Formats: sequence, structure tokens, C-alpha cells
Amino acid sequence: MKLTAPLTYGLIACVLLVSAPHAEHLAPWVSAVCAMLLAWRAYLTWSGNALPPRWLLLLITLACVSGIGISFRTLFGREVGVTLLILLVTLKLLELRSPRDAIVLLYLSCFIIITNFFYSQSIPTALFMQLSLLVIVTTWLHLQATALALLPRVRLAALLLAQAVPMMLLLFVLFPRVQGPLWGMPQDAYATSGLSDSMAPGSVSKLSLSDAVAFRVSFAGTPPLREQMYWRGPVLWDFDGTTWSRGRNATLHKPQLDDAEAPIDYTVTLEPHNKPWLFALEMPSQLSIPAELAPDFQLLSRTPVNARLRYNARSHLSFRANLFEPPQQMARALALPPDADSRARQLAAEWRKRTTDGTALAALALAYFNRNGFSYTLEPPALGLNSVDDFIFTTKKGFCEHYAGSFVFLMRAAGVPARVVTGYQGGEYNELGGYYIVRQSDAHAWAEIWLPQRGWVRYDPTAAISPARILSGLTAALPDNTALPFMARNPPQWLRGLRLNWDAWAYQWNQWVLGYNTERQFAFLTRLGMEDITWKKLAMNLLAGVALITGVLALLMLRRLYRRDTDAVQRRYLRFCAKLARQGMLRAPHEGAADFAARAAARFPQQAAAIHDISQRYLALRYGQRSDAASLQAFRDAVAAFKL
Amino acid sequence: MLATFKQKFRNWVRRRAIETGTVTLNQRRIYILPTRQGFAFAFVLVLMLLGDINYNLSLGYVLTFLLATMGGMSMLHAFRNMAQLQFTAAHAESVFAGDAAQFIVHCHNPGLLARHQIVLHDEAGHRTVFDLAPQQSLAVRLAVPAAQRGWLKPERLVLYTEFPLGLFQAWSYLYFDLCALVYPKPAAPQPLPAATAQNGAGKVEAAGDDDFAGLRGYVAGDALPRIAWKALAREQGLQVKQFHAQQGRELWLDWATLPAIADERKLEVLTRWVLDAEAQGLRYGLRLPDVELPPAQGPAHRTECLRHLALFGIGETSQ
Repeated sequence: MKLTAPLTYGLIACVLLVSAPHAEHLAPWVSAVCAMLLAWRAYLTWSGNALPPRWLLLLITLACVSGIGISFRTLFGREVGVTLLILLVTLKLLELRSPRDAIVLLYLSCFIIITNFFYSQSIPTALFMQLSLLVIVTTWLHLQATALALLPRVRLAALLLAQAVPMMLLLFVLFPRVQGPLWGMPQDAYATSGLSDSMAPGSVSKLSLSDAVAFRVSFAGTPPLREQMYWRGPVLWDFDGTTWSRGRNATLHKPQLDDAEAPIDYTVTLEPHNKPWLFALEMPSQLSIPAELAPDFQLLSRTPVNARLRYNARSHLSFRANLFEPPQQMARALALPPDADSRARQLAAEWRKRTTDGTALAALALAYFNRNGFSYTLEPPALGLNSVDDFIFTTKKGFCEHYAGSFVFLMRAAGVPARVVTGYQGGEYNELGGYYIVRQSDAHAWAEIWLPQRGWVRYDPTAAISPARILSGLTAALPDNTALPFMARNPPQWLRGLRLNWDAWAYQWNQWVLGYNTERQFAFLTRLGMEDITWKKLAMNLLAGVALITGVLALLMLRRLYRRDTDAVQRRYLRFCAKLARQGMLRAPHEGAADFAARAAARFPQQAAAIHDISQRYLALRYGQRSDAASLQAFRDAVAAFKL
Repeated sequence: MLATFKQKFRNWVRRRAIETGTVTLNQRRIYILPTRQGFAFAFVLVLMLLGDINYNLSLGYVLTFLLATMGGMSMLHAFRNMAQLQFTAAHAESVFAGDAAQFIVHCHNPGLLARHQIVLHDEAGHRTVFDLAPQQSLAVRLAVPAAQRGWLKPERLVLYTEFPLGLFQAWSYLYFDLCALVYPKPAAPQPLPAATAQNGAGKVEAAGDDDFAGLRGYVAGDALPRIAWKALAREQGLQVKQFHAQQGRELWLDWATLPAIADERKLEVLTRWVLDAEAQGLRYGLRLPDVELPPAQGPAHRTECLRHLALFGIGETSQ
């Protein structure tokens, strides 16, 4: 076990591979320092110079740690931990003095791979993990088999990893899944993107630039029309002049659905977004997981959704929601901030003079948006203090949050109870997987007004401005020169097909690999025919499986041990000898083929010719220079034909 | 007390276990245990598993289980790296004290698998590492420094391998009856005692020109008549003439003629004399307090003399 140059290069490659995926979220200076340190180490090995002295390393380490302390303002937490780990491992490369250091580095490399899973567990990440592992094991083997050349070493590493796959699968399926966490997680644990519990001008349009998947839905029956796909998220009641927020429900009343018809059953696979809300088609009535249905029909999980979550839900497309709404809630649905946006109030007051009917007022508002040159854009101009006034009378350019917000404002000002609903609208159908993909770019905001006899009714002012947004999605609704993510533009058909194909794989991957939790394990094992699963039973099955796989692998591996150097020629000849032996003609260990042939020919005169022939061929093949396939075949035939 | 008991037990085991012929390593002879590095790896895996559970990392489970299985499976590889190897003890050359005795063990790999990084070592920690290609044989040399004269017997030999990952150590014992004879360390060069005529009359033979063999450097105690004065005159330094042995001349290397120095020193001087006498082609005899070897010449005689010197006072001449 010596620290040779190839070993050092291998270790550098390991550290480089496992920390490369982190470059995406590490501070740029950390990535730069790591790259420099790795290059320095490679140069030292290449040039054969001595490693830097300890005091210098200590100095660099101190500088790095204080750098981290300054840029993160803490030395605790996961993000900081990962950064520290990567920096220290890179520094450790410069302090490589004994084989033990090399082993420590290999172990830490494995650990860094795990930390990468905090950020991504996609299929490419998994494939990259395989590559990193191959390099790690190849380097590892170098410690134990220094004489082995690189290629056989890679082959051996691949073999070791491949042999581990069956047992890994078994453990993956049967290892009892504990519903984490075991200890509290710092909130920095999740990179989040998604709807928040407030809406200011620009917040939804910013989200629309993200191509990330919000959730995926597969319908049990016929899916609803696209324009019916309103995925309900946070309901916003309170307005402070610029921002809409959820506020607190003033009642504990259960929400009431009357005349619920057109039930639709579906399954949602929700990506983690670190917020408690769940998304469901309007209006949800049943849910397969424990969650609270708030009085405003908002689904709230008990804990923030910080892991991929799957649930079945039932919704009704036709309904009357909350025919009775308690007065406190009514008051909230009519509240407006004092003093601001006087022109909008004035406009609403004029409408109010014309009619007091909610439906008619809403129609007036929609018609207003429709006629006065409003346009739909992702890049609305900035609004001043009186944001509603500015929007309605000056800029007239806005995204859905502008329309929903000002519509609700106008309704309230006109005396109609109203609220803003945020969520997603629409979805892309994936034919391969048979499910809909709802992306962050489908984020949407709309309005609800409360009408006597009808309860809460959805009004989507965006549809009045830009029906295409609702019917065909964001891309169709925006002018061509808008800055949208590349894939949200109209990509070529094949590219779109490729993307959907990929997403179908990702969906299966998410369901079966990443989403394999306690419930799924239970369901899967039940489907395999295991009844009343207990830990004890799981453990027994696990042990039996481990024993079985080990046994089979051991058989396969050790079989080669006992195969001797009897080549094809020798094997045939031994068969020939066995045939003679059955007739009592044993070859003595010291007896040569020619001598034995003479003895056997004397004993079996009828077969003398055949015996001599076979022996001649054997001697020619084994000791002569002739070893072509034809003569081997002839020898084989001769032995097969030989009978006593 | 405990130590002596241990030693006794060991001797008993050894006496029972001494093996001859070819030893094939099979599953009954190969033991496997995790190494310290293996335990460290297990610890790392436990940490990883805790992380997986806590953060619900499915891919983390995959990685952890993959590594764990690979580590576990490396046990089979370690076993396979040793199994079915055939070992045959070979001789060990005799050496002089202070040199290293080379114990040779023949290792044959009859199978189709290459073997890597197998270590052969004795109880004192002297080791040698070898690889073995499929269907090859190898004479494995284990160098053990010989500190003192007599029989050098390595305790049982240990074979082990940590291939492929160093997580498990597979090992086996070889109880071969290996021993090497260690001759006393030859003393510094010094002049031979005077040769005697066959009749026993001790007299330094004057050198005839025919028998002159060459010059060598002067060593304190060389006889004056042998000094090459002519060479001194030619300013070649103080040299001594050397002569071929004359037939009929005999040299007695006698314990009794040596001055009163420690026994071991005496043996060293005698060893030096035996070597020199043999090198000069003299006929020489060896006289020790308990044995007398009549004058003779040749490698066999030399070996016999050295053997008696090596085992003087040890009493195991028959082995």
C-alpha cells in the first residue's frame, strides 16, 4: 500500500467527481478555491514536488473556514456543513501522507455523494452517482492491488458494483422504511419554488418563468376539460394596498358543498414545496391522506410538504360552495384598506348605482377589462402606491395577479363579497405516462365572489382579457417576443416528444424509487402477496433473501475456483480414458499416451486401430504444433465414435 | 507462568499440526474477519443510513445499500483470493548469523483466477507479498533475519489477504516444518593457523615459486617470512604472499589453540578459518571439545564443519 501517483490522480478524480454536482449551489468562491486546490494537487503530483507544509495548510484551512463563516454568518446548518465538508476534503488531498488518509478520502467521497441528494435525486443524478462510484471503487482497489493495471481494475470495480445490485434491490424493497425525520431539520433543507401565502404584483409572473414541475395528476376516469382545470391553492382574503395575503379564517365552520355533482377521481403526486398547502381540483370533497379542509376550501397538510407526496382526491366540477357564510367571513370578504385607490372605488360605486346584483356587477367589471385596452403580459410596468388605480387607469398591462387582484378590489368596492384564489390552471398531457404535468409556469390567480343562492362562484378575469391563457396555456396567450423558458415556447415536435418521454420516465422514477415510503412499501408488498406485514416478517424475508442471494452469488463466484486447467483436448482424451476404464483398462498415472495405447490395443485387438488413431491425434494436438479447429473437431468426433 | 503455558500450548499445537506435502487452502482452513478499516466502513454506512432515514433520501438508500452489499460481498472475494491455492514447503538455505534466511514456499494456483496481494508472514512480522497469475507456480521467498547460530524455525507461517477492498481479512496458517541452519557469523578476516606436515611436525613450509598464488593485504599476526618485501620496496604497501596448498599438508582448526575468548567468538573465528581454508583449497580438520572432524576438503566437508560449529553446544545435531 503505497501512495503512488496513479492513486493520487484517482483520489483527485474522486473528489472532483463527487463535488462537481455541488458547484451548482455552492458559493462561487468556494467552487473556485476547490478547483484551484485540486489543480494545485494535480500539479504537485505531476511535478513530483513535496506537499505543502502543515502550517501553510492550517493557514489555508483557517482562511476557508472564516470565509465560510463570513459568507454564511454561521458555521451550523446543512448548507454550511456541505460546503465545509467539500472544502475540507479538498484540503485533505493536500495532506495525503499515508494509506489511511486515502481511505478516509474515499469514505468521505461516498458521503459527499449522499449530500448531493439533498439537492437532486433525478435519474441523471443516479447515473452520475454510478459513475462516481465506479471511479471511487477503482481507486479503492488500487490500494489493495497495486500491480493491477487500470483497465482490469475498472473491470473489477464494475464487477463488484454489479454483484451488489441484486442485494441492493432486495434491501431497497424490504428494508423497513421509517417515516423520518429522526431529528429536526433546519429550514434551509429545501430549495423551494412554488406558490406562497401572499400575492403581490409580479409574484405569480415571476413563478411563470420557472419550468419546474409543481405536481403531476393522473385521472381515474375521463379528465375534465382544460378550462375546468383550476387547481386550488392558497385563498387570499386580506389586502393591504399592494399585497394580498391569507390572513386568518375567522370561523371554524366546516366548508359546505351542496348539489355536488360531476365527481372526478384523480391522483396527485406533489413535488415538495415546503409549504403546507395541497392542490386539488375545484372543489375538493375527499382526500386519501389526513389533511385539513379549511372553511375556504383550502387543503392544508399538517406539516409542510418537504417530501414528494402522493394522494388521491375526489372533486366536483359542479357545486354550490358555502351557501351560508358566517358574518365574520363576509366582513373579511368585503374589507378594503382605507384611503387608497380612490378612483377604483369611485368606478365601483358608479357600477353599484346601476345594479346591486353580484352577477351583473361581475359582468360589468369583466366587460370593463375587455373594452378598455387591457393587455396580458409577463412584464408589467411597475405600479405606484395606489397599485389598483395605477393598473386600471394608467398602465393597463398586467399578469393574472393584477387582474384577479383588481377584480376582487372592484367587487368589494361595489359591495360584493370576493376573494382571490391562487393555484395552477391547466396542465400538459403526457400521453406516454397517461398523466398531466402541472408546472410552475401554470401558476395562476383568479377570483371568487359570493352570491346568494349560489355560494362562492369562480370568476377568472384573465379569461376575459386573454381566453387563450385558459384554453391553451401561457405560451399561446403571450406575444412571441416574451422572455419565456425555451421549452415553454413552441419547441419542435420531436423535442416536445422527447421531453414528455423523459418526464414519463421521471414520473415512474419518482413514484417507484423516490416515493418509495412506508405506505408504498406496504402497498407493494401486499401486491406481491405478503399479508399482514410486520417488522418481524420483513426482517425474516430480508434475511431469507440475503441468504439466497449470497448463496447464488457465492456459487457463481466460487465455481470458477474449481475449474481446472483441463483444456478441450485434455477433456476429450480423459473421456476416452474413462471409456476404457469402464472396461477395466485403467491408465496408470505415470503412463504416457503412447504406452497406454499400446497396452490398450493389446487388450482390445478389435479396437486397436481406433485406439491408436485417437492416441495419435491426441499427441499431435497436445504436443505437436497442430492445433487448428478442424483437427480438434476430428479428434472430438473420433472420441465420440469410440465404442468398446 | 501464563506465558510459559501459552508457549507450551503453542508447541503442542505445533507438534500436532505439523504438515508435510502439499497443503490446499480450503474453506476449513481459511478464516475471515473484518479489518479495522472494515469496521470504520460499517460506521460510515450507519451514518449514511441515518441520514437517508432522516432526510428521506431514496437515492441515498440505494447508495448505502449498494456500498453495504459491495462491502459484504468483498468477503467472498477475499475468500476466493485465497481458496484452492496449493502450498508446498521447500528447503531453506543455510545462512550465516546476521544474514537473512530465505524460506521458500512453493505456491501453485491451479485455477483460472488471478490472485492478488497475498501476504506471507511469520509470527515475528517478517513479510513478503506476492501476486499469482492463473495456473502458475511461484517460489515465495520469505526473508527472516537470522540473529544467532543454531536452528532458525519460524513459528507457524500466516498467509493473509485483504483484497479487494481491505474490509475483510482472509487468513490461513501453514504449519510447515521449516527450518534453516544458521552458521556462526564469520569473524573478521584473520590468518589461518600454521599448517602441519602429514607427520605432524609443525613447520612453516618455505614457499616454492610454483606454489605462489598471489598477494593479499597484511593482517596483524601474519608470519614475517610471508611478507612480500619486494612489494613493499615497490611501494605497494605491506602485503603477504599466499601459497597454494600443498598436497600432503594438513591444517587443524583447533578450538583448544584459540586464546581464552568467549565461546561464541571462538566459534566465529573457527567459522572464518573454515571458510578461508576451503577457499584456499587446503585440507583442514576441525577439532571441537566434543567432536573431531578429520582433515578433508570439499563442499561437503565444509558444510559438515559449519554444521558442527552452528550446533555446538546445542545438541540437536541430528535434526
